[in-house]
Amino acid sequence: MTRGGPDERWIDGDHDVAAINDCVVDTVQSPRTRNVWLVALAAAALGLGALALAVFGVFWWYVGIWGVRTPVYWGIAITNFVWWVGIAHAGTLISAILLLANQTWRRSINRFAEAMTLFAIACAGMFPLLHLGRPEFFYWLLPYPNTYGYWPQFLSPLVWDFFAVATYGMVSLVFWYVGLVPDLATMRDRSTGLRARVYGVFALGWRGSARHWERHQFAYLLLAGLATTLVVSVHTVVSFDFAVAQLPGWHATVFPPYFVAGAIFSGFALVLTLLIPVRVWLGLRDLITDRHLDQCAKLMLTAGLVVAYGYAAELYFGWYSGDPHERELLASHLHGRSAPLFWTVIGLNVALPQSLWWRAARRSTAWLFVLSIGVNLGMWLERWLIVITSLEHGLLPTTGGHYWPTFWDWLTLAGTFGFFAFFMLLFIRFVPVIAMSELRELVGDRRPEGA
Amino acid sequence: MRLAPAIACDDVNHRHSRGPLANERLAAAPENPLAQLFRPSADRRIRLVLWGLPVGLTLVGGVGYALSRSGWSTGVGWSPAQPIPFSHDHHVGGAGLDCRYCHETVERAAFAGLPATETCMHCHAHLFPDAPLLAPVRDSWADDRPIRWQRVHDLPDFVYFDHSIHVHEGVACETCHGRVDRMPRIRQVADLSMKWCLDCHRDPTPHLRPRDAVFVMGWRPEPDAPPVILEDETHVSCSECHR
Repeated sequence: MTRGGPDERWIDGDHDVAAINDCVVDTVQSPRTRNVWLVALAAAALGLGALALAVFGVFWWYVGIWGVRTPVYWGIAITNFVWWVGIAHAGTLISAILLLANQTWRRSINRFAEAMTLFAIACAGMFPLLHLGRPEFFYWLLPYPNTYGYWPQFLSPLVWDFFAVATYGMVSLVFWYVGLVPDLATMRDRSTGLRARVYGVFALGWRGSARHWERHQFAYLLLAGLATTLVVSVHTVVSFDFAVAQLPGWHATVFPPYFVAGAIFSGFALVLTLLIPVRVWLGLRDLITDRHLDQCAKLMLTAGLVVAYGYAAELYFGWYSGDPHERELLASHLHGRSAPLFWTVIGLNVALPQSLWWRAARRSTAWLFVLSIGVNLGMWLERWLIVITSLEHGLLPTTGGHYWPTFWDWLTLAGTFGFFAFFMLLFIRFVPVIAMSELRELVGDRRPEGA
Repeated sequence: MRLAPAIACDDVNHRHSRGPLANERLAAAPENPLAQLFRPSADRRIRLVLWGLPVGLTLVGGVGYALSRSGWSTGVGWSPAQPIPFSHDHHVGGAGLDCRYCHETVERAAFAGLPATETCMHCHAHLFPDAPLLAPVRDSWADDRPIRWQRVHDLPDFVYFDHSIHVHEGVACETCHGRVDRMPRIRQVADLSMKWCLDCHRDPTPHLRPRDAVFVMGWRPEPDAPPVILEDETHVSCSECHR
């Protein structure tokens, strides 16, 4: 990024402090988007209902209604889990790491990405809990003083997972909320009646005094530091679920960095998929410019290259290990039973993103939109390849199996889409989607005195 | 945290607060810019809620913890009404019957066994043959219908428990069932929780006796006797009991 060039400015048009507030606050209160929003919310509520039904099914009949059978104990529920946790990584990366790296362009998109993180974590967390077999006993994962005389098995990555995801969810929520407080105060000051009182409670009596700002900035930086480690730790722990096991296709040392990169890759892909339509719908193209999308695309390309390295390392070490089972799985990927899936994944996650080397591709909103959907799909299929294909393959021909999701598997996945959309829509309507307080600093000194 | 005076309570403070996020209500709100959103008691109420949450949750947790260990939950002290008010105190403590006289399968089966009516009638055909208290025994004998004893020590169905192996390894009746010879009416002594099982399974030595002391009530080890050590390793894997 060049300093002082035209790319330095992250806001288009002649906006001063008040105009930025107007822009953002209007997205919350605008009657223009109200009807579309209501229709979209109703559609998302249908999805939420589907999720309720799917969850009810699992509680009533247990996991037997899913397609999981010996030896494929982990079906698309775990595929979905890994995929959603991955999505959740972009928010914290944009908020925390880019904050510490002093990347001012993050200010236009961090709030939105953090909200994505929160709801994606909620979606992700559902799957392993529903997958427990007896989901009503999920609290057995917690080390609480029980009458059984045992604690969770701390040697198991599945327990680490529980703590990693729960910590990530909590820190993300606190980080998001702390960043939100000044903006909630703005909302309070611009609302009347009950709305003002609700915003007022959540604004914690924010007056914008110098002391408030000082403490706020300090807390925000501290949380950013905490969250930064979590960006790396969560998906590392998720990858241990697999890497610690001996199964060919899982047992690889490259998994932690490969998973973290994959998470950031898919996270940025979903940020693009959602931001591209939302910025038009809410009329925020001055604040979320094509240059912002360009930056996201660059980061996506970078993460994608690490993912590509992960694929290469997996293939190479599978061959180099000399282990016949690993080599059989490789042969299956390259030209066997799983080859169609494998090459689709390579095409979507490695080949297509190479287009982002060209500026024209990064500046083409339509191409970015299509590409990001392709990457989302590619990353989901990649997790299918890791979770399910490895289990189907097994160590011996006799231990192999076949898996296909049932209606209930698909319903749960569709339900989490509904859940995610429902809460994103609520977020868009009631919370400023852009961190006004941070963005105002970018125009602080500029006065529109006749250009 | 001060929620109540959103703006302009004291001029000094307010003027200082005109930072980047000065209160826009002053400039923006058309009707009454000095209107207060919250009454002065709002702070107090919010503090009450914020303190109430952790305190309340801790209380709920504490009560739950206490209840989960109380006799109400575990059944310690539970003593259901039996068809006949049979007294172990009288039969074991007084008459000196061996446990195995009635619970005859305890050494070879999972279930210790309940006495058949015939076992009672061995004696009661001659002893107190007309006692009104024993009418249900005589009816059972005459009608050839077993007596419906109520089970006191009832383990969950997902637990596999075998009396014979415990008795053979030196776990005494008294260890789990207490001083039965002093109970006019039998009652549950141990809480039968999984932790209770595991406490012994993890460290059995202090709970074991020599084979000949297993059916003795009120046994105390000789001061200089060597402890009874389980030769086998401890059995604590899940499938030991959950088969």
